Amino acid sequence: MSALLECAGISKRFGGVQALDGVGFSIRRGEIYGMIGPNGAGKTTLFNVLTGLFPLDAGSFRLDGEDLSGLPAHAIAAHGLARTFQNIRLFANLSALENVMIGRHVRTRAGVIGAVLRTRAERAEEAAIERRAWELLEYVGIGARANHLARHLAYGDQRRLEIARALATDPKLLALDEPAAGMNATETQALRRLLERVRADGTTILLIEHDVKLVMGLTDRVLVLDYGRVLAEGVPTEVQRDPRVIEAYLGAKIQ
Amino acid sequence: MKGIGIALIAIALIALPFALAGIGTAWVRIANFAILYMLLALGLNIVVGFAGLLDLGYIAFYAVGAYAYALLASPHFNLHLPFWIILPIGALLACGFGVLLGVPTLKLRGDYLAIVTLGFGEIIRIFLNNLSRPVNITNGPQGISLIDPFRIGGFSFSRYDTVLGVTLSGPIKYYYLLTAVLLLVLLVNLRLARSRIGRAWEAIREDEVAARAMGINTTHVKLLAFAMGASFGGVAGGMFAAIQGFISPESFVLVESVMVLSMVVLGGMGNIWGVVLGAALLSFVPELLRYTVEPMQRALFGRMLIEPEVIRMLLFGLALVLMMLFRPAGLLPSAVRRRELARRDG
Repeated sequence: MSALLECAGISKRFGGVQALDGVGFSIRRGEIYGMIGPNGAGKTTLFNVLTGLFPLDAGSFRLDGEDLSGLPAHAIAAHGLARTFQNIRLFANLSALENVMIGRHVRTRAGVIGAVLRTRAERAEEAAIERRAWELLEYVGIGARANHLARHLAYGDQRRLEIARALATDPKLLALDEPAAGMNATETQALRRLLERVRADGTTILLIEHDVKLVMGLTDRVLVLDYGRVLAEGVPTEVQRDPRVIEAYLGAKIQ
Repeated sequence: MKGIGIALIAIALIALPFALAGIGTAWVRIANFAILYMLLALGLNIVVGFAGLLDLGYIAFYAVGAYAYALLASPHFNLHLPFWIILPIGALLACGFGVLLGVPTLKLRGDYLAIVTLGFGEIIRIFLNNLSRPVNITNGPQGISLIDPFRIGGFSFSRYDTVLGVTLSGPIKYYYLLTAVLLLVLLVNLRLARSRIGRAWEAIREDEVAARAMGINTTHVKLLAFAMGASFGGVAGGMFAAIQGFISPESFVLVESVMVLSMVVLGGMGNIWGVVLGAALLSFVPELLRYTVEPMQRALFGRMLIEPEVIRMLLFGLALVLMMLFRPAGLLPSAVRRRELARRDG
């Protein structure tokens, strides 16, 4: 398998805090790649750097062979890296359907003139956007609530809607920031089935998650971050036994 | 059913100026100003209602359009270009100023943006006030007078004319022209609101970070909102100059920006029909008061106790307070657009 995402030497500093310090790893095409680490390890910062929301101080990353480091967020989304947010960031006062339709923005072209004149191409594009948005809502299992305002959806449904919105951008790599946070066991199971389906349909997934059971059962490989550095990487069962990882989470053994 | 409805509205719109002229010619002029305010409110609604960018200097674009018209069609520079050339120039110029305001404020939101736009509006007005020396461009506080009315060939919008046996006064002609422009601007707004661009505006209003992460070029989309809003203001300004025949910087003070913003907020931000209603109410009700307060007081107390102007601002303030208490989202809040499940096999 070839690498889809390759990161090398990514560093990011906030004032006196070195949030990321030379992080390097690569994600293979078609895998579910987990990222874990104690709070403050730099997971979300890494997400923000990879999706262009923060500029990086050093290092670079390539998606599908293209160097995306330093590009603005919208260009990175256009190149095929979509994300969800740890603290859900939906377009709260728009309907679920409109949220997903906005996800299609980057794959469509109509401008002001097309919209004002209602050209044939514009109408065809609008119809296609709406059709695709319906499909995606059904895909993540909230088609019945398409016309609800995003802020009126149940918590678990909001998480699903974020995934649908991200999928609407036709990503090569879907980056999920703690998608199971706050979910109960049933919802987590359903989420797991959804993610397996997304992967089976050809999208590679990068997953930050605190739910260790979910990470261990779902991911192909796991990266462990601690204090902004890579602590360990490998298949979940190995990583789980790695003494450094255990130390980072539980503290060192008492001598 | 829909056809009948449209026909009834069309008949009402055509008959309205004659009904108003029956009460008094002043009322046709009031209707014309109401339409100008609707145009302004619709333009500002793109910036404030759709894109969520609080703009307190919007009247500056109205001023740019008005001065563009006045300078190119008056004895001031002895230029008399036809209106159908100047209006697009005014729109483009206002659009340019919109981008000029947009570029340095891209990273600002909320109160910070409001302060900068407020300053921008004042700067434009102060420039207009002072650009009379050393080279007299704007004629300073005296303003520009004897501005040409709209003219197509020999047909002037300022004179009485008899068309097909109907006598049309100047204001009535302008009413029809303004109504036509309003319908056009409404159509543009309605279509934009339900388009890819309209959704991108709403996305940056709701959450700019998420919008960027979803691939929306927020720089581009924000500037587009400023530019479009400003060009509508510019067109309205050009028409204002032609209708009035005289403009001065005094017409473009901060209170006017606040008034247009109040129309947008009162009607319901982001809802096109709400904004039109808000503009209509805030233009007509004060005039109604002007004509009813005095006779009412004379009938009740035998003399005038409170000036109409005072009551007007009092009621205006009261209306806004009540609004914020009972209908904070506006008279016609922006509704969720429901979509029927489209045929998914297509």
